Order: sequence, then C-alpha cells, then structure tokens
Amino acid sequence: MSDKIIQITEMNKWFGDFQVLKNINLEVEKNKKIVVCGPSGSGKSTLIRCINRLEEHQQGSIIVDGNELTEDTKDIEKIRAEVGMVFQQFNLFPHLSILDNCTLAPIWVKKMPKKDAEELALQHLEKVQIADQANKYPGQLSGGQQQRCAIARALCMEPKIMLFDEPTSALDPEMIKEVLDAMVNLAKAGMTMIVVTHEMGFAKEVADEVIFMDEGMIVERAETKEFFANPKSDRTKLFLSQIL
Amino acid sequence: MKNLNFLQPDNNNLSTYLYTGATLVSLSIFIVFLNSFFSKDVISFLPDTISFLLPLILGFIGLHLIRIDYSGLKFLDTINKNINTNNFNAFLSLLIVFVVIKSLPPLLSWFIIDANIAGDSKDVCTGSGACWTYIKIWFNRFMYGMYPNPEQWRINLSFIALAFLGCIGFFATEKFKKYLTLYYVIIYPVIAFFFIFFFISGGPIFFDFSYGIIAAVISIVLGFFIPSKFKMYYFIIVPITFYILLKYVFFYEELIELGKLEALEWVETGAWGGLSLTFIVSFFCLIFCFPIGLFLSLGRRSDLPIIKYISIGMIEFWRGVPLITVLFMSSVMFPMFLPEDMFIDKLVRVIIAISLFEAAYVAEVIRGGLQALPRGQYDAAKSLGMGYWKMHILVILPQALKLVIPGIANTFLALVKDTPLIFVVGLLEIVGMLNLAKTNPEWLGFAMEGYVFASVLFFIICYAMSKYSYNLEQKYKTER
Repeated sequence: MSDKIIQITEMNKWFGDFQVLKNINLEVEKNKKIVVCGPSGSGKSTLIRCINRLEEHQQGSIIVDGNELTEDTKDIEKIRAEVGMVFQQFNLFPHLSILDNCTLAPIWVKKMPKKDAEELALQHLEKVQIADQANKYPGQLSGGQQQRCAIARALCMEPKIMLFDEPTSALDPEMIKEVLDAMVNLAKAGMTMIVVTHEMGFAKEVADEVIFMDEGMIVERAETKEFFANPKSDRTKLFLSQIL
Repeated sequence: MKNLNFLQPDNNNLSTYLYTGATLVSLSIFIVFLNSFFSKDVISFLPDTISFLLPLILGFIGLHLIRIDYSGLKFLDTINKNINTNNFNAFLSLLIVFVVIKSLPPLLSWFIIDANIAGDSKDVCTGSGACWTYIKIWFNRFMYGMYPNPEQWRINLSFIALAFLGCIGFFATEKFKKYLTLYYVIIYPVIAFFFIFFFISGGPIFFDFSYGIIAAVISIVLGFFIPSKFKMYYFIIVPITFYILLKYVFFYEELIELGKLEALEWVETGAWGGLSLTFIVSFFCLIFCFPIGLFLSLGRRSDLPIIKYISIGMIEFWRGVPLITVLFMSSVMFPMFLPEDMFIDKLVRVIIAISLFEAAYVAEVIRGGLQALPRGQYDAAKSLGMGYWKMHILVILPQALKLVIPGIANTFLALVKDTPLIFVVGLLEIVGMLNLAKTNPEWLGFAMEGYVFASVLFFIICYAMSKYSYNLEQKYKTER
C-alpha cells in the first residue's frame, strides 16, 4: 500500500451551472500537513468538504485511505469515521454537555463502552486544555473554547486525517492563538492535516506544503518555504502581497 | 411646608401629595364600591353627568398627585411604574378597576350567593343564580356517560392505576432513568391499552388471573436466587412457563377455584362517555399522533421520492379536510370498504381518525423545528460518521423537538378541545353529555350551568398541559 492517504484525480464539481471545482488533482501523503489558501469563493472549502463527502463530486475520483467515495453510504460512513472535520462555525451540539459532545460518536458509532469513551474524551479535552469545562454546555463557553472542544470531539473518533475548514475565521484575534496552539500541538503529534486558513503564520510554522487555489483550480502547489520565498504564478504573488 | 404646586407633584412635599392623592383614589373606589355592592349612590345629589363621572375624575386627580418619581417609597414606586406611568395609563388603570368592581356583584351572586346546590330535584332552584343541583345530580353522567353505575369502579380503578403508573417517572432512581423513555413511549401505552381493554371494556379475557398471579408470585420469589446476569431472560421466560405449567399440567379447571376472577361484564363503547371518554380519546390520540407526525415530518424531508411524496400527500390530505367530515367518514364510509365479517369498534376508528388528522399538524410543526436547525448540525453529525437514523435520533431531533415544544403543546391542546366533535359518530364525551342533559325534559333551561362546568373542567386540563409544556421547555433549556 502506498502512503498516499488521499488521492484526488480529475475531479470536477458543479453547483447547478456553476463549476466550483475544475479538474482537481491532489495527492496527500500520510503525516503531511497541507495548508490550502486562496481568496473567498475559490472553492477551497468545497474541496475539503468533498473529501468526506459532505458535498458530492460529479466527475473524477476521490480515494481516501484506499476506499473510493461512491454512492454507497456504508463506505461513506466508514470513511467519515476516519476523517475528522472542524468547522468554521464550531457546530457543537448545543443540547449536550462538552463531555457528551465528545463521547457521543465514539459510543454510538464506534460502539465504545461509555467508561472508555469518557476517559478518551477527557484525555483529548486535556490536550486542548478545556478538561475543566467538561460538564458545561457549549453555550456557556467562549468561541475559542468551543472550537477547541470541536477539535477534541473530532479527535475522539481517532481519525487518520483531520480537515480544518477555516477554523479561526469566526474568532476574536485573542482566541485565534489558543486554537492555533492546539492545532500546532496536533501537527507535532504527527496527524495528517488539511487546513483551509488565512493564517499565514500558521502555514509557515507547521505546513509541509501550501496549495493556492483560485476560481476552482489549484493554481500553485509548493513546499512552504518555496511558496513564500518565490511564488511562481502572478496570481499567487498578488495574493501574497495583499495578505502579508 | 414649602409652596405646593398641584400641577407638578414633587418629592419635597411627599407626604402631603401622597395623603391627598391616596384619599382621593380611595374615595373614588369607595363610591364605585358602594354603588356596585349596595346599590347606594352617595353622590346622587349632584347632577347626573357629574355624579356619573365623579369617581373617575377624583381617582384621576388622585393618581396624578401620587405620581412622584423616585419617591423613595418602594410600594409607591412599584405602583407608579406599573399602572400609573402617565395620565393615559392612569385613566386605563382606573377604568379597569371600576369595571372589575362593577362586574363582581352580578358574577358573585350568580355563582355563589343566589345559587342553589342543596336538594336533589329541580324544584329547589328558585333563586336567580346558578342551579348547581343540576350539576350535582348529573355529575355521575358527566363523568362516566352511560356506563352502568355498578360497574363504574372499573373506570375509577383503571384511571387511578394509570395515574399512579404515570407518576413513576418522578420517583425513578438514577439507575432506571435511562429506561424511562422506553417505558413512557412503549410500555406505558400498552399497559394503558390493557387496562382499558380488559377493565373498562371487559373485553374477552385470554389471561386467567388466578394462575397468572400465582405464577408471578412464585417466579418473583425464585428470582431472588437467580444471578443478576440472567435476570433479564429469567423474567421474560419463567413466568410464562409457570403460567402454562400451572394451567395445563398441574391444575385442571375443576380443581382450582381459588381467587378466580369472574369475567367482567362487557360494556360496549357506545355506552362510554363523559369526562372519562374525553380522557381516553385524548390520551390515545396524543400517544399515536406524535410518532406518526414525527415520521411524516422526516418523510417529507427525505431524499427518497416515494417516501417524500407519500408523506406530502398524507399531510396535505389530512390538513385539507375538516375534522368533522373525517369523523363522519370514519364511522359511515369506512365500514363499507371492510369485508363483511370484519368489525372495527367505533371508538377505535375515531381514535385512528383523530390521530391521523392531528399527526398532519404535528408533522408540520416538527418540520418547522427541523428547518430551524442550522445546516452545520447535520454536517457535524455526518462528519462524525453517523448515519441517517443515528444523526436524527442523537443530534437533530433532540434539538428540533425542544424548539417545537410550544407548537406541539398548541396542537395537543387543540386536540383535547376537538374531542367533543366525536358526537357526530354518537360518542358522547363530556360536552356531548351536556347536550344530552340539556334536552332532558325534566331539566330544561340549565344549559348555562352545564357549559360553565365543562369550561372549568377543560380549562383545568388544558392549563395543566400548558404548564407542563412550559416546565419541559425550562428543563431542556441549555442555552446561556
């Protein structure tokens, strides 16, 4: 088995008549950290939502950990259980406490005994430093704490890949740091990560590669240092000059 | 005393303003009170118009004088803030107080002072007030309908037992809390059905109580010695085995007469009625319409076209026809489509009809709640690997149902108040019984008392339900 954990070939996606993703080819190796950046509307969120099939692609193929994403729902659920995702709007379950948020999926999807699930959840909550909030409800926490809880919730499924969809865009500047710290720790622990973000500092610190997308296409893909030092395309140069 | 400015009351002469104002207000209320309760017009020496308006004017000036901001007196500030913020509000407050005082005496006299309750025939009702004797005499009928008097203990027993079983949730220990939903959703309705079927109806008995009780006692006693690991299987299998053994192997019919219950006399559903029927119909309709509505609402949002269009069809059909026609069809048309020898009881048909009818409303209410949830909740649940049912049961429905508690309560209240309509198929619950009693030649002319009585009962039931729904809302509130 190759160590390519995600393989996307010739993938196209339309929303109605509008083509959001054009001819995407992307391979991600195990334990690599990849940052996807680009202007809004460039299709980066759609791309990573396709990876665990929250959006359907119409052409091409996506192979995650050896399984191709098809219509078959059983496979999709299996893949989703192996791919953790963190959303811009946190999307915690407001009717459950933080601890229950984290144990829900392990108990019901992975059939883990409740005790083990709670232990595991507390471990992960400890890692993102909100174990003391475990019995509160999401509505009682700050945005940064909620996002860290969302990371812990995804980790509790012990995924092989973590997808981050603009995890810090809905946060105050002060809270961005605590979430990024949690993500940096995760990266150092060797997780395969695909991160859509505008935090170039984070990209420089942890990313192995950076992908720049515009108008539904991958414009440039390069090693992090290379990407920031001498970007090849003009579009990338323009983008970097605007946000750096 | 500093100079008084009566147009601009202030804090400096607080007590002067306060005493003058309070005196004027009390005086005006006193005048209306005398007028209303004792028919004494103490100001009749004044011209008509003035004497009519005088209490209002006096009270108005009085309220104006006591309208002092930040007086430091807590009571006064509360009054000013709530009923006396400006001239217009003061005027309205006075009017409301006067109307209440004016309308109390006639109400009191009708309800209590001139009302009769003693005696047991219509002759005692001579006063101008209500004739509660009528309610007293007919009380039995209003509660039990045409149910035979000597058998009414069956209804009482069933209702008391069911009320008791229904309260179990309040006493459950932590250990049993997780089974409560199962209990209330499945076990409790089944028990209720058995009670109604065997006790109230006296339906065919397929279970011999004496053998059953002996079997239960023996198996419970033995149950103490069984390791807890096997208890579950034990209590399912052993009592039934014992029962069969007792009945067919050890004892023959002739040998044991011990504690054998005589079969209960069968009472057909046409004879049921009154408040007990209201309860029975409401209870079963509430229990059935909720899950049906839930599935219809999920079906309507489904991606599968057949399920989706069947759900839409069901919802739109049942919402589109009036309840009274549905009931009529259920009793007149429906039997025509059934095979000759097949018979479904009238009450059952009515319960099915009302349940389906209300389920359509419940479905739309729940759909409102489902649509109010942000898409992110679905995404999050899916991204954790949950399938359709897990996602809905664990994540979506708990939130959506919490959102629609007020709407569901609304529908349920409407359902309870729709039950009188079953009179069209000849079932007489409490309002039906009222109408029947109203036309009794011996008791003509007491419709008013009957309707007041029924409204009070309905109000108590509905208010209790609405309070309960409010409590639920508070209980499941997890937002900040």
